[in-house]
Amino acid sequence: MARLSGLQREVLSLYRQCLREIRKKPVRSVSKKDFGAVEYLLRKGHRQLEMYASPGIRNIR
Amino acid sequence: MASLRTTSRLFAARPMFRPATFARSYATVDTNSSEQPKMKTFKIYRWNPDQPSEKPQMQSYDLDLNKTGPMMLDALIRIKNELDPTLTFRRSCREGICGSCAMNIDGVNTLACLCRIPTETSQESRIYPLPHTYVVKDLVPDLTHFYKQYKSIKPYLQRDTPSPDGLEYRQSPEDRKKLDGLYECILCACCSTSCPSYWWNSEEYLGPAILLQSYRWLADSRDEKTAERKQALDNSMSVYRCHTILNCTRTCPKGLNPGRAIAEVKKMLAT
Repeated sequence: MARLSGLQREVLSLYRQCLREIRKKPVRSVSKKDFGAVEYLLRKGHRQLEMYASPGIRNIR
Repeated sequence: MASLRTTSRLFAARPMFRPATFARSYATVDTNSSEQPKMKTFKIYRWNPDQPSEKPQMQSYDLDLNKTGPMMLDALIRIKNELDPTLTFRRSCREGICGSCAMNIDGVNTLACLCRIPTETSQESRIYPLPHTYVVKDLVPDLTHFYKQYKSIKPYLQRDTPSPDGLEYRQSPEDRKKLDGLYECILCACCSTSCPSYWWNSEEYLGPAILLQSYRWLADSRDEKTAERKQALDNSMSVYRCHTILNCTRTCPKGLNPGRAIAEVKKMLAT
């Protein structure tokens, strides 16, 4: 791979800084044994994906 | 009607448009406070999607029936206005035309706006969302699949031949009469969600509301795709999961008979 330019390295460093910040935030996770909640989140995700997949949607801002 | 009004009424000091707060407070009735309060308990299903790991629970609200309108929807609106603004439910027309406020009240699927509050104050009223539906929040069910099934039956007039005079497609009064008891359906989903067959097979079985609509288009004298419509229904799941339990007919808040419509569909498929 070619050596990265300064600008490219800046982009990557911003991305890595963001990932590091996420780890500091308090986590609000669902227990993996809480099937009702997991199923709800699955349904919600599917519904969202279906909406985004519809041809009427071009972009999400 | 307008001619019957006296001029004094026309000139009465009344604002042309009522502010929204007035309209919203119709659920609350002003009475003299001398009356004995008639307190009734309403137990309402609550579930908040923002806390998915918390289990659904029943929450109690006490209302004075003397100060509440006569219908369940009035009670719900009053609870939302005065006791708990986080309570969530769908409502729109408050007169049984839109079908938004379909819910399970004291064990029966019905429209909250057409359901009187039982005056028996010693007994509490229990309000749940429509049974066997995924809940979006509190009393709001997810009807996406129901609407998808409605779309799948192509609920619109399908014709290839134009009308002879280029005007509207006409129909004899007898043919129009065949649509009575079908066109009144408002798709509130009370019947479909009361049907045990639909509970267990909602993926493929269309359910009473959608089959009633299917029959509405099969029975329409102007529709020309009857053969295609029949073919689409002619399989083991779409129609024949109906075992004439007739919960649909019992529960319909508009007094329609989806059970009969399904029987007619079966008759049409058999001949």
